[in-house]
Amino acid sequence: MTAEITTEKARIGAPSIAGFTEEGEGLVSAKVDHSHNHGVTVMSSRAERLTSFDVADFALPTGREEEWRFTPVRGLANLFSDAATDGDAAAFTVEAPEGYVRSALAQGAAPRGTVLTPADRAAVVASANTDEALHVVIPADAEPAEPVRILVDGAGAGRRSNAHYVLEAGANSRSVVILEHTGAADHNGNLEVIVGEGAKLTVISVQLWEDDAKHLAQHDAQVGKDAVYKHIAVSLGGSIVRLNSNVRFAGEGAEAELLGLYFADAGQHLEHRSFVDHNVANCKSNVLYKGALQGKNAHTVWVGDVLIQKQALGTDSYEKNQNLVLTDGCRADSVPNLEIETGLIEGAGHASSTGRFDDEHLFYLMARGIPEEVARRLVVRGFLNEIIQQIKVPALEERLTEAVERELAATEN
Amino acid sequence: MSTLEIKDLHVSIDTEQGTKEILKGVSLTIRTGETHAIMGPNGSGKSTLASTIAGHPRYKVTGGTITLDGEDVLAMSVDERARAGLFLAMQYPVEVPGVTMTNFLRTAKTAIDGEAPALRTWTKDVKAAMQQLRIDADFAQRNVNEGFSGGEKKRVEILQLELFKPKFAVLDETDSGLDVDALKIVSEGVNRAHAEGNMGTMLITHYTRILRYIKPEFVHVFVDGQIVEEGGPELADRLEEEGYDRYAKGAGAATIAAAAAQA
Repeated sequence: MTAEITTEKARIGAPSIAGFTEEGEGLVSAKVDHSHNHGVTVMSSRAERLTSFDVADFALPTGREEEWRFTPVRGLANLFSDAATDGDAAAFTVEAPEGYVRSALAQGAAPRGTVLTPADRAAVVASANTDEALHVVIPADAEPAEPVRILVDGAGAGRRSNAHYVLEAGANSRSVVILEHTGAADHNGNLEVIVGEGAKLTVISVQLWEDDAKHLAQHDAQVGKDAVYKHIAVSLGGSIVRLNSNVRFAGEGAEAELLGLYFADAGQHLEHRSFVDHNVANCKSNVLYKGALQGKNAHTVWVGDVLIQKQALGTDSYEKNQNLVLTDGCRADSVPNLEIETGLIEGAGHASSTGRFDDEHLFYLMARGIPEEVARRLVVRGFLNEIIQQIKVPALEERLTEAVERELAATEN
Repeated sequence: MSTLEIKDLHVSIDTEQGTKEILKGVSLTIRTGETHAIMGPNGSGKSTLASTIAGHPRYKVTGGTITLDGEDVLAMSVDERARAGLFLAMQYPVEVPGVTMTNFLRTAKTAIDGEAPALRTWTKDVKAAMQQLRIDADFAQRNVNEGFSGGEKKRVEILQLELFKPKFAVLDETDSGLDVDALKIVSEGVNRAHAEGNMGTMLITHYTRILRYIKPEFVHVFVDGQIVEEGGPELADRLEEEGYDRYAKGAGAATIAAAAAQA
């Protein structure tokens, strides 16, 4: 096992102390690789990150770049190549009330491109190679009884697939949209979300891929005045999954909640990045990602950026990442970055902890009569339930609970 | 009446320097209704005895037996021992992430009794027991031991003792780190469990002060992995006056030093 500790230079916060890592409740044993460091400045502002529609602007990632340094880029050559979708590499099914699905949007056809500008190589090749973007509009004031579903089913490992979806929630609508990934593919998927004034939209992106799928995604949302946007990323399957969930605001009084749940097994790389751009005054954001890890070389990454711009007075923001390490040989990287350009805010907090479920926990629970498998389930279910119960789609909550149980069963064997 | 019988127990642990014998032939019989104090200096192996009874994987039994009413305890897994009626109040209760006290207590009670407790009476019982131990009601919603102070953790151990109603309780230095008020509260809890459940108690302690509140019928002095003297409550009084020094002389200073090094 390597004892590699990455050091992070955040832009604000306590001075960084070499070798210092913040840990959750003293549960981390020295055997666990994990890092979480925050300190003082060096990096440029998150606002200055390159975005472009031109593939040529993004070189092939080498892994040395700030935003790719945790990612196993060597396994992603196919997804980085500026290539068209390989035939029917993925089947797309949309379940939505009549009239919700509009004609596809070509490159440059608004509202496509108004919210999402590709921010990395994967997103730009997905954008450039998707001539017809799926366009779903939830009409103003609509409250569909059932969630809208976009099902992406990969046809096979290594098959290249590009996608771009544009989702609009009309003013004062109330809706849930589930983006579900199954099967296997090398899938680049962009999601562009426009949340209208006073609308309430929950987007749930579920990664139930087979073991050999790879998936890179950029999900960008713009949240209108007094609107509430919730994005929940649930990553259980796939060999490499990297999902960037970004949000900014179009009017005051808006709220954004970026949530995530992941469970990485041996050899799996699950990476989640979130960026909340408080570009407007009096908005609220809450970020919470929780992950479990088990098995050799299970690797999870969370990088949470929050930028509170100068004009964003009255901002209230919080971000937190918690990881639960179930076995030796796992690695959880956790990097919160908070960048604040005004002091006139309600609050801005961040937290990160990596706890370990080890033999002592197991002994404690078993010494109270609880059998081993029940003890493990108790701990993991309790830990992840905080996110699952936010989904509020009972059938999906049940499926995900079962999927988590299956992951756990794999630990026991 | 039940009997917990420990016969010629030898226990070792693996250290970086190799295998080390901690218990060197311990024999002890406890019946329900009895309270036994195990007293001895730090590093004498008292906690090893407690953890071995509960089945902690770190401790390897190399000889001897532990039986509960004739059943082989050493053949049971950790959870089986608890279900058979053994309870260890731990010296350092661990924090368990992700599990609320409420959920934990109910799950454990269900496992121990073999059926879920009746919800209405259970909730009432938990509340009442928490009140008696002066544990804040909001602890029920917090994760097991997470962020609890040392004294709070000890009280929560006794809370479990009262709720799970074991046949035998092993209290591993439950008194250490408690102020006088907390010590009284915890002792009252043990005495209640004792009176109501006809429980057998093995009270492991370094100090005599807990014996002002919990009265043992038997006192065993533990030095270097062995019981070196046994007697009634008067032995504890004598220890209070004289300390463990005379055992040091009797056993030889080198032995005591070696025992202390194991701490």
